Amino acid sequence: MGTTVRDTIKEITRKHLTEGRGKCYGQCLTAVGWVGGTLPEMYEEGGMVELSMADVAGGAIVTGAALAGERAIYVVRYQGFQWYNAVSVANYAAKSKELWNRPCPILVRSIAMEGGIGPVAGSSHHSIVSRMPGIKVISPMTPKEYQYAYDCYMNDNDPYYISEHRKSYDNEDELRTFIDDKEVDFTIFPLSITRLEMIKLVELAGAENITLNIIHQLWIRPFNVNPLWAQALNRSRYGGLVTDDDYVEGVASSMANELSLVSTKRVHTLGLDPRTAGFYASVDNLPPSAEKILEKLKQIKNGI
Amino acid sequence: MSYRIEAFKKASFCRHFENQVYQNVQKKNIKIPVYLSAGQEYIAASISTILKEKGIEPNIFIQHRGHSTYLSFGASPVELVDELLGKKTGCAGGMGGSASIHSHEKNIFGHDGLMGSQVPIAVGHCYSTRKPTIVTMGDASAEEDYVMGALGWASTKNLPILFIVEDNNLSILTEKKMRRNWEMDDVARAFKMKAVNISDDPLIIRMHLENYNFEGPMLLNINTNRKYWHSGAGQDGDNFDRYENELKTLGEEAIQIDLENKQLVEKLWEQQLGIQ
Repeated sequence: MGTTVRDTIKEITRKHLTEGRGKCYGQCLTAVGWVGGTLPEMYEEGGMVELSMADVAGGAIVTGAALAGERAIYVVRYQGFQWYNAVSVANYAAKSKELWNRPCPILVRSIAMEGGIGPVAGSSHHSIVSRMPGIKVISPMTPKEYQYAYDCYMNDNDPYYISEHRKSYDNEDELRTFIDDKEVDFTIFPLSITRLEMIKLVELAGAENITLNIIHQLWIRPFNVNPLWAQALNRSRYGGLVTDDDYVEGVASSMANELSLVSTKRVHTLGLDPRTAGFYASVDNLPPSAEKILEKLKQIKNGI
Repeated sequence: MSYRIEAFKKASFCRHFENQVYQNVQKKNIKIPVYLSAGQEYIAASISTILKEKGIEPNIFIQHRGHSTYLSFGASPVELVDELLGKKTGCAGGMGGSASIHSHEKNIFGHDGLMGSQVPIAVGHCYSTRKPTIVTMGDASAEEDYVMGALGWASTKNLPILFIVEDNNLSILTEKKMRRNWEMDDVARAFKMKAVNISDDPLIIRMHLENYNFEGPMLLNINTNRKYWHSGAGQDGDNFDRYENELKTLGEEAIQIDLENKQLVEKLWEQQLGIQ
């Protein structure tokens, strides 16, 4: 068995604390599950700091710790809680270097999940912070990607928002971008947990003679378009599709716009439905599955 | 120099500085919103004098209306003038304006513009450094919910932090009694923190800080009177003026200091404005 994303995060955190690189802050970290098993069983004396349940204050407190030069990790257990927690990360940590030449390198672990958790707690909300200059947003879904994201943060002095997803924690496989030399029907640019749907999507699409390029998206901000992506997009009969675990009126639309500007093709978006999630399965609002993505591709192909 | 004269010297410098700012707003040399601390200068002047006597150099977190704190704790007046004039040589590189001033040299941390955000940020910074920390806020900022959360955490962790509420009784022009029926010192005591509600009399401030050496958190709610309205748009009228009162009480020595400060500040502004 390989190393999972969960074990990778846990080991990164253990080293971060035991090697004196900084502290880890959050609410209910030392609860039964240790945040989905991603934290080593350590306490305040070892650098695992329990904040009070005051969300807005908590985010600002960790921002202050980062401002002091400590490499602070801030765990937010549900991405939807960032509407409270991200206030000072987006408005102080992201601006401090530019305004006062005082870097504030906080690492925010922002954890998404879905399924029966209602109107706020579910899904990825990375669009909230992605519009703010000065903050880097990355969404690792594999062990190596997570290690890479952490290493980038440790070698940088900008605040980092890591858009995690609990469904990736068991993953031990790396995800490969696939670009065909020949013309294909679509180029898909998947983000966050929708990336784990790509293997199934390729199978389902293949069964319907729909050919695809799959270009996995790790970085959300900065979003730098690789020239190979534009070329792949130009070789796609029906253009591109960005898939996301957030409402499309955010990073998905922004990325689609950037990609459209560097190619001759239209780039579409697919994310959460534009409605509030309820607690029951019949009214939930889940990230697009392989089946739903395929349906979208067929609609585009048929001009619907 | 006695404590009271030293505090007056700082307060007088701040007052003349702020009067110059006000005049330069009227003359349109300053084209940005400014938040004047005139009338409230005795808080920063007293506390900085007391801490200097104790040999404590705190980390300081300020908000808008913070010119007097910046100046009293020894940050560069030249850089503050330049900042208010939007120059790159300003203390925040000509980006911070009046509200987001800072000083690397004097450990003064700038403010982002969200009222009261400096309080939890200061608490986090203090938790990390465990160094004496001061954070100022107005009576309106103190009402922010995240300020309450930060006070609670500072108390829980027994941090070496002094919370200073510059209580001028007004949020823009809305009086405190219209907004709440409680006082910040009551709140702080409920969080098991030392706290008092006092005037900006320098002797009273010293009495409450004399035996405080940042062994834990403490809150001073200090009642004061703002001279100028928000953004310097107008004046509050004939409120009690601590600076004028001290000037009158301290006599000839203070009058001489005041005259020197007035000339010093006028010269400083003329120099930075390029007036020969």
